Amino acid sequence: MAINPADFDFISKIVREQCAIVLEKGKEYLVDSRLMPLVHQEKLESIENLVRKIKSDPRGSLKDAVIEAMTTNETSFFRDIHPFETLKKEILPELIEKRKTKKELNIWCGASSSGQEPYSLVMLLKNDFPQLNSWKLSFSASDISNQMLNRCKSGIYSQLEINRGLPAPLMVKYFERIGTEWQVKEDLRKMIQFRIINLSEAWPMIPPVDLLMMRNVLIYFDVEMKKNILGRIRKLLRPDGYLFLGAAETTLNLDENFERMPFKQSGCYRLKQG
Amino acid sequence: MRALVIDDSRAIRLILGQILKALKFEVIEAGHGLEALERLKESGPLDLALVDWNMPEMNGFEFVCEVRKDDQYKDMKLMMVTTETEMAQVIKALEAGANEYVMKPFTKDMIVEKLTLMGLELD
Repeated sequence: MAINPADFDFISKIVREQCAIVLEKGKEYLVDSRLMPLVHQEKLESIENLVRKIKSDPRGSLKDAVIEAMTTNETSFFRDIHPFETLKKEILPELIEKRKTKKELNIWCGASSSGQEPYSLVMLLKNDFPQLNSWKLSFSASDISNQMLNRCKSGIYSQLEINRGLPAPLMVKYFERIGTEWQVKEDLRKMIQFRIINLSEAWPMIPPVDLLMMRNVLIYFDVEMKKNILGRIRKLLRPDGYLFLGAAETTLNLDENFERMPFKQSGCYRLKQG
Repeated sequence: MRALVIDDSRAIRLILGQILKALKFEVIEAGHGLEALERLKESGPLDLALVDWNMPEMNGFEFVCEVRKDDQYKDMKLMMVTTETEMAQVIKALEAGANEYVMKPFTKDMIVEKLTLMGLELD
């Protein structure tokens, strides 16, 4: 899974030579997260294989693809938009109707990275479902990296990041300007409990979940671990709860207990009913 | 779809124009707000205008106010693309009727994401 030290040194060296970006030790998670999509795109098994392929053809285009992957930040607020449309129009109204007596909703973002996903979701909840203000909302957001988690907690974003996918009316409503940067307002930050969870290891106690965001994270694991994680999700998800995977991810051939919901490019799943 | 790119920098008009043309927009350019209003009179309502703030003759904020006074342009999406980054300016533009706001410098991805947010169906 994790990049080995020699391959990390190799990647660091070419990124430094080609674009003067210094990847210090401790940034292994970043190399992992940026290069795994390329590994899959190239139909390789691991970053080790990717490095081997570059070494065997140093003038090939793969080296450029690595540079591009390492220097392009794909994270944005309301990323891919369709899952958030589905949440707004279909899933949240349904869950709110079903839970209206108990007035409790449990949400977990399992790969929060630099925080854009949990904050997008919390903005959606606050802006479009004000009735939830009186509910007991348990909202966890986790990541494997302590560094990323600290970023999430701070809720501070650069001007470049704030320009990515965030509707201006929501920026005005839920952010404050701090010098040249922008910070999520405190009341929103307080709504989320940030924690470190390594998905491939034992999970801490998490209450049964109504809504689980696990987008673009299964791709980093091998088939056995994907099955393992989906098995644990199955036990954690309430019978009428929903799971969101990346639009290009699937439970097919991994866990037959899930069914994909027919919402446009949303990667929305639930447990098979009945 | 048709779009108006309003910026006093020819280089910025070129870059934004290229992004929009790649998305199959027909692009009309103007160097300031007054010229943009003239272009609009000739073209009739368009789908979109990308609007700089600080320009000679008529600035982008004044252009947004003028366009929003005229009901025939009510469905036209207006997005500020500007170096103005104060929160007060963003609020002022939105209250005047801008639909979206991008702070320079921008990338193609930023523009595309914002166009999608405004509900434009892109190729």
